[in-house]
Amino acid sequence: MSLTLPVAPGRRLRLDVRTALVCLVLALLSLAIGLVSLCWGSGWDPPGDVLAALRGEGPIQISVTQWRMPRIVAALVFGVALGLAGAIFQNLTRNPLGAPDIIGLDAGAYTGVLLVFTLTAASEATIMLAALAGGLSAALVVYLLSSGTGFSGLRLVVIGIGVQAILTAVNSWIILRAELDVAIAASVWQAGSLNGLDWVDIDTPVTVIAVLTVALVLLARPLHQAALGDDLAITSGVRLERLRVLLVLLGVGLSATVTAVAGPIVFIALAAPQIGRRLAGAAGVPLLPAALAGALLLTGSDLLSQWILAPTVMPVGVVTTGVGGLYLLWLLTKEIRR
Amino acid sequence: MNRLRAQGLGLGYGDRLVVEGLDLEVPTGAFTAIIGPNACGKSTLLRSLVRLQPVREGRVELDGRRLAEWKGKEVAKELGFLPQSSTAPEGIRVEGLVRRGRYAHQSVLGSWSPADEVAVAEAMQAAGVAELAHRLLSELSGGQRQRVWIAMVLAQQTPILLLDEPTTFLDIAHQYELLRLLHGLVAAGRTVVAVLHDLNQACRFADHLVAMREGCVIARGTPVEVITAETVQRVFGMAAVVVPDPVTGTPMVVPER
Repeated sequence: MSLTLPVAPGRRLRLDVRTALVCLVLALLSLAIGLVSLCWGSGWDPPGDVLAALRGEGPIQISVTQWRMPRIVAALVFGVALGLAGAIFQNLTRNPLGAPDIIGLDAGAYTGVLLVFTLTAASEATIMLAALAGGLSAALVVYLLSSGTGFSGLRLVVIGIGVQAILTAVNSWIILRAELDVAIAASVWQAGSLNGLDWVDIDTPVTVIAVLTVALVLLARPLHQAALGDDLAITSGVRLERLRVLLVLLGVGLSATVTAVAGPIVFIALAAPQIGRRLAGAAGVPLLPAALAGALLLTGSDLLSQWILAPTVMPVGVVTTGVGGLYLLWLLTKEIRR
Repeated sequence: MNRLRAQGLGLGYGDRLVVEGLDLEVPTGAFTAIIGPNACGKSTLLRSLVRLQPVREGRVELDGRRLAEWKGKEVAKELGFLPQSSTAPEGIRVEGLVRRGRYAHQSVLGSWSPADEVAVAEAMQAAGVAELAHRLLSELSGGQRQRVWIAMVLAQQTPILLLDEPTTFLDIAHQYELLRLLHGLVAAGRTVVAVLHDLNQACRFADHLVAMREGCVIARGTPVEVITAETVQRVFGMAAVVVPDPVTGTPMVVPER
């Protein structure tokens, strides 16, 4: 069933009712988890105190607005970014395994981060650029090694998994060779963590992700048209080569931005687009459900990571790896049987 | 004047030329069938007419202008193409797929004009899939699915339609149904070019035949002109007698022995 909304004289937008409802529910759940997380610090603070803190009153004001809030905003925005990045690559590769955290792009981004981190006095900007360069280099390597098959198919995914393994080993080697303090910081980071994120840490990445998301919205139509296969995409008017380059840039940009700040948080990009697609019952891998499922997964995982071993806070990547690993096993067996 | 033509066309893969020095005129408003043995370059030729196959030599022109100079969306309003096989996004429904045919006509955000709605409804009607509109594509039979793909290309509302072996994978009843549909489109003023394998079907439904062998056009003209025992021998290397089709009177190829 679909709803139509008039947007201009005679022109209507079509919205699928189920997709819209699913998106609404995912968004509300993400916000609800965000609110619960706001109440969770070294222990449980009553929502009344937290609301007071948000109004700028009470004893826990600093910890709510300066410590917990940026972390929750980061979880929501980074979740959206990872969900979108996954949806981009799953659409490009036409394979549910084609996610940046599986085909080595996140690991590549992290290699870039580690290199500038250990070799130079890294600034926020150089780390972001290094992550982007690392992710794009990994994408190029995967693409070249699987050339002849275009950008789709299981072949690219399998090669990507190989590249991922190599890069992960490289990353460990860099950490082993690094100075002790750098190594400790880097190895915690390698798990993917939102711990200790501050407003100053996240303002630039959030802005970058917002800009990339707007650009992606403009490419959403050709992205979905391209799901019809190369031939029909081109003959129905998609500029496919240009589209692919732009989408790889956007996809790597989104996931590398997250990696630069929080390390490689794996499995969100893999799982969120498929969860969104199944819930929405939509065709292909739709973007908005993927983004919102990503936000829900990351906020949920982040809350879990604070709860499980409380008062010790685990890196959120440990939770997503644990949950996502099982999902990946299931998906791999399903894909290979196909 | 014919809208779509190729001159001195050279097409190939790697360093091998599959088609060389080929001239072709697609008669506007007629049904053209391209026939020939496997690997004679007919699909390659067809794909070059819709910019899917790079042109090595010569040129493909639409309305006297090189196809390469046209914008993608402008070509997509003139030339519709149905590949041999297509992949559909998982979980897509019939109407959703047919709507994808409107891509070239829509704005960036994809709002739907009344003209879009009419085109989609008419395309589903013409292809006989209107009653399947809300079904999942994956639930349909091969014949139904092929009609849905046709509907999608019809929704593109292009004056010229090119189809690469559209009857493959269909049973004989569905093959004839599809060919009658294409014939009806031509009667309604469109230009159709199809690669066909069955010579007797080509003779029945096409107005113009192009017979190819090893990348060259061996014969072209009406079915009566092209389909003779001698041409069949030259093109397919097969001895056959040609008799009038008992139903339509068009040439019918009966292999010897």
